[in-house]
Amino acid sequence: MARIIIPTPLRKFTNNQSTIEVEAIDIRESIDALSSLYPDLKKQLLDDTGEIRKFVRIYLGDEDIKVLNNERTPVTDDAVISIVPAIAGGLA
Amino acid sequence: MKITFKKSLIEQIKSHGLETYPLECCGFLFGKDHRNGRIVNEIRAATNSQQGDQRRRFEIDPLEYLKAERYALEKDITLVGIYHSHPDHPAIPSKHDLKQAVPFFSYLIMSVSKDEVKNITSWQLDQRRKFIEEKIEVINQFETYK
Repeated sequence: MARIIIPTPLRKFTNNQSTIEVEAIDIRESIDALSSLYPDLKKQLLDDTGEIRKFVRIYLGDEDIKVLNNERTPVTDDAVISIVPAIAGGLA
Repeated sequence: MKITFKKSLIEQIKSHGLETYPLECCGFLFGKDHRNGRIVNEIRAATNSQQGDQRRRFEIDPLEYLKAERYALEKDITLVGIYHSHPDHPAIPSKHDLKQAVPFFSYLIMSVSKDEVKNITSWQLDQRRKFIEEKIEVINQFETYK
């Protein structure tokens, strides 16, 4: 089972669970499985067309899936997937 | 809402703001979230990875962020917030801060000049995505916190 690390700002949508295990063959299936388990999390991760939102990054291990095979990046049973919110700001 | 820091951690944050002046600094706040407030018991400086004007903007690289989340999991603590500086500007969230903010986190903002940290404030988003200021409590030892 692949393990998904939920960032603290999104844990209110996962009953405060910090990691979730899912059965999936690739990133897309992992996100879909997670969304089925926690429907309120789905709209935080996906836009109306089902695409991963721009301000959310998905990492497999230490690699951004954008430099791999995006949502079709295969995952293994020992995979660690991280959901990463964009963290930024500043005075202007 | 209240956020509690040991004095030495506030001093570390201040030093970071002065070191990076006139550029914005940023970093992570680790601790515990309780019903009656949150306690920060560790901070970690982050690299401002903003590609534009770092005097006005900060950004934390996603890989650095996820390593902070992993670190918190390993130590059974919680990433409770983010700190950053506003060089030569008030410690008030900007429109850009509001646009970029995520729920749950405490956003600690310090107003810093060349020679001193003028003010520090802390903010959290409410349900309507408005920033609400939270009280900062600074203590010498955590044992005194009730």
